[in-house]
Amino acid sequence: MPAVTTIAEPAAASAAAGRTLAVEVSSLVKRYGVVEAVKGVSFDVGRGEIFALLGPNGAGKSTTIKMLCTLALPTDGTARVGGFDVRRQPKAVRRRIGLVFQEQTLDDQLTAEENLRFHAVLYRVPRHEVDARIDRVLRLVALEGRRKDLVSTFSGGMARRLEIARGMLHTPTVLFLDEPTVGLDPQTRALMWDDVKRLREEEGVTILLTTHYMDEAEYADRIAIIDHGQIVALDSPDALKRKVGQDTVELTTADNALAASRLAAAGSRCQEGGEAVVVFTTDGESQVARLIEIAGVPVSNVHVHRPTLDDVFLHFTGRQIREDQGERVPSMAVRARAGRH
Amino acid sequence: MATAPLPLHPSTPRLLDERGDLGAELRTIGMVWERELIRFVRTRTRILSSFVQPILFLFVLGYGMTTLVGTTAGFTFKKFVFPGVVAMSVVMTAIFSAISIVWDREFGFLREMVVAPVSRSSLVIGKTLGGSSIATVQGTIMLVLAPLIGVHLTAVLVGQVIGLELLMAVGLTSFGVFVASRIQRIEAFQVVMQLLLLPMLFLSGAMFPLKGLPTWLAVLTRLNPVTYAVDPLRRVVFAAQAMPPAAAARFSTGISMFGTTLSLSAEIGIFCVFTAVFLALAVVGFGKPE
Ligand SMILES: Nc1ncnc2c1ncn2[C@@H]1O[C@H](COP(=O)(O)OP(=O)(O)OP(=O)(O)O)[C@@H](O)[C@H]1O
Ligand SMILES: [Mg+2]
Repeated sequence: MPAVTTIAEPAAASAAAGRTLAVEVSSLVKRYGVVEAVKGVSFDVGRGEIFALLGPNGAGKSTTIKMLCTLALPTDGTARVGGFDVRRQPKAVRRRIGLVFQEQTLDDQLTAEENLRFHAVLYRVPRHEVDARIDRVLRLVALEGRRKDLVSTFSGGMARRLEIARGMLHTPTVLFLDEPTVGLDPQTRALMWDDVKRLREEEGVTILLTTHYMDEAEYADRIAIIDHGQIVALDSPDALKRKVGQDTVELTTADNALAASRLAAAGSRCQEGGEAVVVFTTDGESQVARLIEIAGVPVSNVHVHRPTLDDVFLHFTGRQIREDQGERVPSMAVRARAGRH
Repeated sequence: MATAPLPLHPSTPRLLDERGDLGAELRTIGMVWERELIRFVRTRTRILSSFVQPILFLFVLGYGMTTLVGTTAGFTFKKFVFPGVVAMSVVMTAIFSAISIVWDREFGFLREMVVAPVSRSSLVIGKTLGGSSIATVQGTIMLVLAPLIGVHLTAVLVGQVIGLELLMAVGLTSFGVFVASRIQRIEAFQVVMQLLLLPMLFLSGAMFPLKGLPTWLAVLTRLNPVTYAVDPLRRVVFAAQAMPPAAAARFSTGISMFGTTLSLSAEIGIFCVFTAVFLALAVVGFGKPE
C-alpha cells in the first residue's frame, strides 16, 4: 500500500542512516560542582548495535552511563533511551534497560538464586518465566552449580559473572555494561563476549559498554573514544584504524632492492629497509598475494601490521591507554566510595 | 531526531509506561520485605544483641529501681517498667533495622534497587515493613518474661500489644529510614542513632511516669514521638492488670497536655501523624538521582 509507505518514510528517514535508534545523546553535560565530568557528548546507538565507550580513568564513561540510566541528572543536554527522555520519563527508560555497574551491586548475604529472584520481581519478569530464565542465565555464565550458595562465598570473577547474568535476566532493550570484564580471567572474558554477542543475535539487545581494553573495544560495531569528558573520535574499529594510518606489509625477500623497484613500478608506495621491503597499503592482508607476485622474487617472511586501537587512542589523544589500569579489581574502599556518588 | 518509543520486549508485560502497576508494586514490597527477613535470620549476632540490651534494662532498672522506689499496694516498679522495656526493644530494633539501607549503599545494592522500574515508595514501604516485622517479633518475644515480672497476660492483651508494637515499629523504622537515606557512612549512622536514640528512649516515659515532671522535661517528653507509642502500650497492659487505686495513682498513665489528658485514640492518632510524616520524608530522601 503506497500510502502507508509514504507515511512511514519520514520516521525512517529521521533515524540516522535509516536505523531505529536505541540511544540518542545530544550535547550531554554533567557537572559535579566545579568538576565538569562530561562536557557535551553526542552520539547515537542503533538498535541491535554493540557500541563501546573507550577511554582512560576519569574520562567520564561511568558518568555518561549513569545519566543514560537515570541515576544522575544531566546538567545540560538531552538523552533518549529506547525513545524516552531520561529526564522526563525515567521510569519508562528504566523498564527498558539492563545494567551492570562498574562496582559490585550484589547482596552477598543472599544466594545467587535469591539475588536473581529479587531482580526478576523488580523488573517484572512474568512469574511463569522466572525459573526458566534463571536457569538460562546461570548456565550462560556457568554458575548453575552455585545457585544455592551465598554470594559472599564467590570469587570476584564469579560475582562479576553473576552480575552479568542478572543484567541479562529480564532481556532489556538496551544493556549497559560499565567495564564488565574487569577482574575476569581471559577465558571468562571470552565467554562473556560470546554471551553478549549471542544476546544481540538472539534477542536483538542493544549493548552499550565501556572499557579500557583496546582488544575488547574491537568487538564493538562502533567505538567512541572519550577523553576528558569529550568524544574525540567515533567510528567503526576499522574506520578508526584507517584514519590513523595504513597497514604495512613487510616482505623479507631474496632480493629486497629488486622487489622494491618492481613494487614501486607497479604503483605501490614502498620503502626498502635493510632487512625487508615495507609496503604501505590499505587492507594489507588481502594484498599480500598480489604484492608477492609483483615482487617476483622468493619471499621468506611476510608480516602484516594493522594499526591497533592503541595506536588509535595515541593518535587522537596523544597519550597511551595504560593497559594496567584496566586490570584492577575495585577494592572494597573504592567500591564503597564509588557507590556513594 | 526523535524516534518513536520502542516497544517493550515481547515477553515483558505490556503495561502503560509511566503508570505504575499495583500488582508489580505489591510484589516489589513483598520481595524487599522478604529480603530484610532473610538477612535478619542470617545474622545471628544481630538477633542476640537486640535481646540482650532490653533484658539488661529490665533487670537493672526493674530490680534496681524497685528497691529504691518501693512497692505501692503490691504493684512493683518492675511491673511499671515492663511495658516500657517491651517498647524499648521494639524502638531499638526498628531504628537500627534501617542501618541496612546504609549497608546497601556502601555495598552498592541500593543502586540495583533504585535503578529498577519500581516506585521509590514501594522500596521504602518494603524496607519499613521488613524492619517493623522484625521489631514486632522482637518485642513480642519479650512478653515471655511477663510471668517472671508478675504481669498478667491474656490473649486479647497479647493481640493489642502486637498491634501497638507494629504501629510503633512502622513509625520508628520509617524514622530510621529517613535518617539513613541522608547518611552516607555506617559509622555516621551509628553515631547519629546513638545520639538520637537514648534521648528518645529516656524522654518517652518508658522508664518513669510522665506525671509531675519539671516543666522543661515535660515539654521535651511531649515533643518526643516515642512518648505517644509507649503510653498506649502501657495503658493496655495496665488495663489488664488488677491495679489497686493507690498503685494506679502512683504509676499513672496518660499524657496530659494543655490541662487535659489525651485519650488513647488521641495518642495513637498523634503517633500515626508522626509515622506518616516520617514515611513521607523517607520516600523523598530515598534514591534521589544525583
Ligand atoms: N559524584 C561525583 N562527584 C564529584 N565528581 C565526580 C562524581 N562522579 C564522577 N566524578 C568525576 O567525574 C570525572 C569522570 O568520572 P567517571 O567515573 O565518569 O570516569 P570513568 O570514565 O568512568 O573512569 P573509570 O575508568 O576510572 O571508571 C572524574 O573526574 C570524577 O572525579
Ligand atoms: Mg567508570
